[in-house]
Amino acid sequence: MFKYTIKRILVGILTMFILSTITFFMMKIIPGNPFSQDNKVLTPKTYEALEAKYGLDKPVVEQYFIYLNNAIRGDFGESISKTGQQVIDIVIRRAPVTARLGSVAFVIALTVGVTLGIISALTKKRWVNSLITTFATIGVSIPSFLLAILAMILFGVMLGWFPLVGLKTPLHYVLPAIALALNPISMITRLTRSSLRDVMSKDYIVLAKSKGTSELWVIIKHGLKNALLPVVTYCGPMFAFLVTGSFVIESLFSVPGLGMEFTSSVINRDYTLIMGLTLFLGAIVIIMNIVSDIAAAMIDPRIKLGK
Amino acid sequence: MSNINDLKLTDDLFEKLDDSEKNAEFIAMESKTFMRDSWNRFKKNKLALFGLIFVTLMILFAIFAPMFSKYSYEMQDLQNRNALPSLEHLFGTDKLGRDIFVRVMYGARISLAIGFASAAINMVIGIIYGGISGYVGGRVDMIMMRTVDVIYSVPGLLYVILILMVFGNNLTSMLIAISITSWVNMARQVRTQVMSLKETEFAMAAKVIGASHSRILLKHLIINAIGPIIVTLTMMVPQAIFTESFLSFLGIGISQPQSSWGVLCSEARGLIHTYPIQIIWPVAAMCLTILSLNFIGDGLGEALDPNNGGMN
Repeated sequence: MFKYTIKRILVGILTMFILSTITFFMMKIIPGNPFSQDNKVLTPKTYEALEAKYGLDKPVVEQYFIYLNNAIRGDFGESISKTGQQVIDIVIRRAPVTARLGSVAFVIALTVGVTLGIISALTKKRWVNSLITTFATIGVSIPSFLLAILAMILFGVMLGWFPLVGLKTPLHYVLPAIALALNPISMITRLTRSSLRDVMSKDYIVLAKSKGTSELWVIIKHGLKNALLPVVTYCGPMFAFLVTGSFVIESLFSVPGLGMEFTSSVINRDYTLIMGLTLFLGAIVIIMNIVSDIAAAMIDPRIKLGK
Repeated sequence: MSNINDLKLTDDLFEKLDDSEKNAEFIAMESKTFMRDSWNRFKKNKLALFGLIFVTLMILFAIFAPMFSKYSYEMQDLQNRNALPSLEHLFGTDKLGRDIFVRVMYGARISLAIGFASAAINMVIGIIYGGISGYVGGRVDMIMMRTVDVIYSVPGLLYVILILMVFGNNLTSMLIAISITSWVNMARQVRTQVMSLKETEFAMAAKVIGASHSRILLKHLIINAIGPIIVTLTMMVPQAIFTESFLSFLGIGISQPQSSWGVLCSEARGLIHTYPIQIIWPVAAMCLTILSLNFIGDGLGEALDPNNGGMN
């Protein structure tokens, strides 16, 4: 277990290193530099001073090592479009908003997804099963932002049940959180359904039943415990999805979180902010992947032997 | 009793059998090619058939509707802005009086082109990468697959955005960006197939005869893995359409005048409170197309699986 954990962490660090290197050199090959795009006329002196301030006058390789060294300490420099603000401060200020919305969506996805999966796997009524399967198919295939637009029109504009802008009250969370969670809900429903069906036909379930264990206890203790492994493994990719999904959901519902910040930094070509946010979001996804892999290996020791 | 030899056997005692009786004892079903067999299975899946019809219609409309309409996608009619759907303008007009029907069909050209083109590029990269990795095996395979793991563990969207920033917001760079980042699934799929197929007798036989590695890989292994490859390919088209529209909707994908579905959604978004109908059209076109492509993918997955009951 220890060895597996160390191995996963090392791969994670390597991934992080590669991501930061790619990000850095991508930013370097973008034609022009942040200041030449300004419409303001810069005297050569101001230009030099600006370059010196952001360290752009040094050779690229040296810039790269300075950047790596600073990035490890969480210092991404000053934002270009928001002068006077440190990138790390912007990240710290915006992250809680995204984290709140993301965790609400995470909880909804897990509870609703697992519940629907169990119902669909165990129900004897055909129409219930086909209703859930249809829902899951639509949720998996249709992009979340299209469903979000439809939900906005239906519940926000036409029925007026939910507010559409910001995250002030719990009511504000309903539409964005559901829109963000729809795809993961459908994925989890499918995973739970298929693995629970597999598990319920295993010998040990039949044995438990024939020994007189109650139906509910068999499902919880023997069925679910073994069926939820794919769901645990899926949690890593789900975090990645929630992070990228937040780009569009936050912009659609005007939620001032990391996703919205990232979109506007790309539009404003705020290079330091883009680099900082890319690395921060990348790091979160990588860490969550490691956590869910290790959790899966703890539940099922076969996984670490397979690698 | 007369001897049997005494019987007079004249021709008129005999009757010619019907041709259909010739093979009465022959027990075998009609021989079908793999493709025909698959098509029969595919036809039975109603959803997949619906998807195929819808996507075909969409492609035809995308090609011909803008050609035959009296409106062009950028023609403005300022007297007739934000019109509701009518016979004159099937889907109504937008805030500049442009015909939404023509714009949605024109958007279909761009979105579908991105979908199919990037899927094709992905297939080529994926087959080469996954094929080499699975065929060579050993250390090469390990290094190649670790690289894939590293790429896979960061959301592709981050890379796509970076690449778009380098090459600019246009169709070509969108294609490059999506193609560079999304071949990973195809490579994994091809690798798994090649790894199991290279152990089969026919691959061994080809090797013994002295076929070259590239011939074994392409003519024997990849051809036999074509089913799963096609299924993955079909699933990639909606994925690419989604990525493009997602970014264009945010304003960081492709931009005017190349108005894909994502761009159309993004334009109509400001009017969501006053004229929600305007955003419904591109959203509906996208939802139905993506859903249809997924149905086709599912249907192909069942139909192209050779283990899926050949007798019907």
